[in-house]
Amino acid sequence: MSRGLKTTIAILAVMVVFGVITLPSLRQAIQRLSGPPKTEEQARRDVMQVPISTPTDVKVKAQVYWLSASSMASLEATTIELPLSADPVERSKQLLVALITSAPTPAQHTLPPDTSLLAFYLQPDGTAIADFSDALPAGTPSGILSEQLVVDSVAQTLAANVDAIRQLKILIHGQEAETLAGHLDLSGLFPVSSPAPVPPPAAAPTPAATAPGQAKPTVPVATPSAPATQVPH
Amino acid sequence: MRRKPISIFLVLIVAGVAALQASPQTQTPQPPAPQGAPQASPQTLPQPAAPRSALTAVVLDPAHGGADQGARGASGIAESDIVLSFARLLRISLEAQGLRVILTRQANDDPSFDDRSKMANAQRGAIFITLHVSSTGPAGTVRVYSLPQQPAGASASSTPRTGLIRWDAAQQGYLDQSRKLAELIQIQMAQRFQGSPETPAAVAVRQLRTIAAPAVAIEVSSVSVPDRTPLDQMAPLMADGVARAVGAFRTVYETGVK
Repeated sequence: MSRGLKTTIAILAVMVVFGVITLPSLRQAIQRLSGPPKTEEQARRDVMQVPISTPTDVKVKAQVYWLSASSMASLEATTIELPLSADPVERSKQLLVALITSAPTPAQHTLPPDTSLLAFYLQPDGTAIADFSDALPAGTPSGILSEQLVVDSVAQTLAANVDAIRQLKILIHGQEAETLAGHLDLSGLFPVSSPAPVPPPAAAPTPAATAPGQAKPTVPVATPSAPATQVPH
Repeated sequence: MRRKPISIFLVLIVAGVAALQASPQTQTPQPPAPQGAPQASPQTLPQPAAPRSALTAVVLDPAHGGADQGARGASGIAESDIVLSFARLLRISLEAQGLRVILTRQANDDPSFDDRSKMANAQRGAIFITLHVSSTGPAGTVRVYSLPQQPAGASASSTPRTGLIRWDAAQQGYLDQSRKLAELIQIQMAQRFQGSPETPAAVAVRQLRTIAAPAVAIEVSSVSVPDRTPLDQMAPLMADGVARAVGAFRTVYETGVK
C-alpha cells in the first residue's frame, strides 16, 4: 500500500469519527431550525425561567395548588419533591416556577404555561410582590371564578411553603394592572394565610391525577365558596 | 329694596357658621393605610344619607360589550351578548315588583368600570347587580359574589376632614348589605340550579369596588356549552330567583336588619 493511500485512509477515518461525534448536535440544530420561531415571550421565558438553584437548596416535599382533577372549579394540593432554598425569595421563585411548569396534567394548570415570573420581591412586613409576564392576563380564561382560582393557587402555594409571606401583590410586566383578565381586581393585596391542615388522603391517587415523581394529591381545600380572597383597599 | 342684599349676606354668614360647626361631626378617625397600598383617589362621593331611604331602583350591569366580548366559547358564544339578554329579562321581573331598573348599557357598547359606577352612584335607594358568564366551571351553575371584608388597619373608605366616601373604596361602607344581598340571591340560585354553591363567595371583583350601594356580581357557568340554548333556558329561572331575592332584600334594606 502506497504512502499516499495510507494518508487518505487515515484522513477519511478521522473525518468519519468526527462526523459520528458531531452528528447528534447537528441533528438537534436542524430540528431547532425547522421548528416554529420563538416568540419574544417564549425567548424571555427561556432566559428567565431556567431552574433556580441556590447553595442552600434542600429537597423537600412541597404542596403546590393546581386545579382539582375532579372539579375544575376548585384547587387541590399536590405534594411534589422540589429543591427549595432556605432564602424565602428564592424559595418563592422556585415554587412559582414549579406552579407554572409542573402541573400534573395540562388541564390542571392554573397559570398559563407560557407565563414567566419576571421578578419577585419580599418586603420586611411580609408583603410579597410577584411580577408576571403579559402571558398571565392574556392566557387566563376570562371570568370571576377562573381568575380567582389563578390568584388563589399562587397565594395558597406560597402560604403552604413560605412562612415569611403575609400578603401578596401581583404586578403584570412591572405595572399595576386594574384586573387580571377583566374581572378580578389586582389593585389591592391578597392575604396569604396558611391553609388549614388537611387530613391524610384516604385513597391512592389515580394515574391521571399524578405525574411521575409526584406524591398523592390531597383533598380539595379551596372551593369557590371559600371566603375572602383579597383585601381591596 | 336696599335691605335685600344685606339679608342675603346674613343668610350666607349663618349658613357658613352652621357648616363649620357641622364639619367636625362628620370626621371619622382614619386607620393608617397599609404599606404598599395605592394612594387615595381624589374622587369622592357624599356619604350615604341617614335615615335609610326606601329601595326603589336596581342598576343592572350587563358586563363587557363593544370590542370587549368577555368570555368567549369555542362555539362563538360571547359573554357580552348573553348578559345583555339576561339583563333585559331580569329587568321585566324587577319592574313587575314596582322597582325602577336602570341598565348600564342597552346595546353593544362598553362603558368603563367608572362610567358604570357613576350610573349606579347617581341613584338614591338603589342596589347594583353586575351580570357575567364564566369561561369555566360546571355548566348550568350560578355563583354570586360580593367584596370581601377589609381587615383591621386597612385604608378607610372615607376621607379625613370631609367625611366623603373615597371613590376607589366606595363599596366599603356597604359590605354587610352586599353580603346579605349575595346570600339571598345565592340561596335562590342553589334552589334552581343544581351544583350551585349554597353560600356566596367574597371575591375582589373590580366592578363592585367603586359602587356606593349594596352591590353583587352574578356569574353563570359557562360559555363552554355547544350553543347558547342551555344559557337561554336558564335566564327565566335566574330572573325569577333574583327578583325574589331582591324582594326579600327590600326588608333588610329599608329596616336595616342584619
